[in-house]
Amino acid sequence: MRHGKYPFVIGFLFAPVTLYVVFVIAPYAQAFQISMTNWRGLSAPQWVGFDNYRRLLDDGRFWQAVQHHGVLLLALPLITIAIALFFAFLLNVGGRSVGGQRQGVRGAAFYRVVFFFPQVLAVAIIAVLFQMVYRPNESGLINGVLMKFGLDPVLFLIRPNLALWSIIAVLVWQAVGFYVVLFSAGMSAIPGEIYEAAEMDGASKVMLFFRVTLPLLWDTLQVAWVYLGIAAFDAFAIVAVLSVDGGGPDGATTVLAMEIYRNAFVYSKYGYASAMGVALFFLTLTFAALTLRLTKRESVEY
Amino acid sequence: MSNTPENPTPLSRRSLLGRTAAAGLLATPVVGLLGACATSGSDEGDNTKAEEGTKSATNPLGAAEDAPLEVVIFNGGYGEKYATDVHEPLYKKAFPKAEIKHQSTQAVSTVLQPRFASGNPPEFVNNSGEKLIDFGSLVADGQLMDLTELWDAPSVDDPSKKVRDTVVPGTVEAGSFNGKPYVLYYVSTVFGIWYSGKLFKENGWAPAKDWSEFTALLDKIKTKGITPYGYAGANAAYYQWNVILTHAAKIGGTDVLKNIDNLEDGAWQQDAVKQAAEAWAEIGAKYVDKSFEGLKHTDVQLRQNQYKLALYPSGDWLEGEQKKDTPAGFDYQLMPVPSLSGSDKLPGTAVRATAGEGYFVSAKSKNPRGGLEYMRQMLSVAGAKGFTEVVKAPTVVTAGSAGFAFPPGVASSQAALAAAGKDVFNLYFDGWYKELDTEARTATNELMFGRIKADAFVERIQKRADAIKKDSSVAKFTR
Repeated sequence: MRHGKYPFVIGFLFAPVTLYVVFVIAPYAQAFQISMTNWRGLSAPQWVGFDNYRRLLDDGRFWQAVQHHGVLLLALPLITIAIALFFAFLLNVGGRSVGGQRQGVRGAAFYRVVFFFPQVLAVAIIAVLFQMVYRPNESGLINGVLMKFGLDPVLFLIRPNLALWSIIAVLVWQAVGFYVVLFSAGMSAIPGEIYEAAEMDGASKVMLFFRVTLPLLWDTLQVAWVYLGIAAFDAFAIVAVLSVDGGGPDGATTVLAMEIYRNAFVYSKYGYASAMGVALFFLTLTFAALTLRLTKRESVEY
Repeated sequence: MSNTPENPTPLSRRSLLGRTAAAGLLATPVVGLLGACATSGSDEGDNTKAEEGTKSATNPLGAAEDAPLEVVIFNGGYGEKYATDVHEPLYKKAFPKAEIKHQSTQAVSTVLQPRFASGNPPEFVNNSGEKLIDFGSLVADGQLMDLTELWDAPSVDDPSKKVRDTVVPGTVEAGSFNGKPYVLYYVSTVFGIWYSGKLFKENGWAPAKDWSEFTALLDKIKTKGITPYGYAGANAAYYQWNVILTHAAKIGGTDVLKNIDNLEDGAWQQDAVKQAAEAWAEIGAKYVDKSFEGLKHTDVQLRQNQYKLALYPSGDWLEGEQKKDTPAGFDYQLMPVPSLSGSDKLPGTAVRATAGEGYFVSAKSKNPRGGLEYMRQMLSVAGAKGFTEVVKAPTVVTAGSAGFAFPPGVASSQAALAAAGKDVFNLYFDGWYKELDTEARTATNELMFGRIKADAFVERIQKRADAIKKDSSVAKFTR
């Protein structure tokens, strides 16, 4: 069947590759092109070269957003992975040993469903939900209770140094469930004999976790870190719906996607917004490459 | 490279792409694909010839009698019924052979941006709401039809009168950019501070005229356990910068606002603006609920309807917007922003009033003259009366609301407008420079919720104004 090979391969590749180029690659490439113009979204753009990029360097809001990505990049993966690992460990190997096989804590199956629940909701719904949770007056879920006890309401999204953390909390809340499941899958692939052997040698649960589980999960952790890092470069929907004044107060919660949205659709500065998009593209790419390079290790065979 | 409406210098798509390719950013095959994408545009759109009819006494703008007309209406506070039930039938009556295509949307830019980009815009657009297309860039791009001819055309009801003489003074200016009228602002809007007539009557409170009366009133309200004053920080901070600037105009005269609009050096740092900011920062510190910064305008307005908030700054669309939530007998009333002291340049009765709700005709549409004619029909007494009857709001047509019984809130704002006499003013910078509006909103929240002082408030907005002034990519407007 040699002679029909190329038409066959081309026939199969042509449609998907064309679709991919037209709907994914071309818009990406076009963003680079638009970022070199002062396009206002209506008539033909004018070429301005690197003007938009020069302007970016002086834009305080841009740097504020980049800084927030820095915070997100550290906090979001660290907190999420720590919580998810802890839960996954408890659910899979945290309980007693039954017949030489390690079990999760009692009710593990139930918790697994509960933890995964936030993942089922759309991001926009979560943001609206947390609007209710964080509301600054007596109709808020948290403040309603606090005010019943005569306490002052906590201004979650209003106090500038609290607002970003309130948003990070939502992002973590939403992400943890997925990583619990991911790590659970990883942990169930670790052979029980290793735990058994370690336990016989007198290892405590803490030691089991750090000496056995963690090293054998390394590949999964790496994937989780990259995923969460890329999520930390987004955060648009939550910030747009949840934060006051779109990334406020005074830019305290803004992210690049929010600024891109504002510049493009509020100020009609599509060229400038595209320049920000290109900057975001390179930031994300650099991050992914760096993470994969830095966390490269020999994977443990078992 | 200045980019003013008078000398648009669009770069053709072909040379742009050529340079892009030359810059080595795009591989050659991609260029061909890109040609079909978003930035292609006006050079092709110009090929279609605009429809034109013969001018006559009944058709002074020369609309083609049988050309179709596409009308896009923002379906917001005023709905779309006034267009389908009043204005479109009027046009149809004048031109029975013309077919009207009606469309309504809540996201104007989402629906229309691609159509402008591809050179096929609808004739007549109600550009309003949260997703309106920035008027400044539409004008700068040469997308809007010059309305001079419309304003100079004889009116529908009295051919001896020009259309511009049948509307409230200032209407043409409100829609002008660098002295050329491009936008029809149709709804007469008065700004002020709103309260419940019922609440005030029950407590024996009276609206305040000057600053000492105002703070005394706020104190009295506070002792009743009601939040005296407030606005929504989450999305409606401009309601409050409007109050601060109205106050500044009263203190220092209307030139204060003119300087701000014209991006004069140090316009925001004028004494009047600083004094107003100081005065209102104090109100923010003493009488505003801190939680309002995290609430949306509908939430705060609802609190007022529940008698938990006494005074709320807004325009006179408020009454209609809150109709569903207002309890019986609430009785909306408007109080002009109180004056600061006896040395104010304008009297306490002065108000900011303007024409609101913008409509335009697309210059690059197929039947722009039909769009102009549609506006002329809208500005007839029948068009204005019909609008007022449907949406209960006064239009800019002076004869349009004669004898109409307005609900209490609009009646009180119309009375305030009459009491103001010639002391009526307006400001434009927010429509011209969206970025400056955003900065003013952010700074207003910072000021009113006590994170910055008046000095820092004027300084940071001034900084942004200076940056916009220097930015060659932003089209500048003056009045």
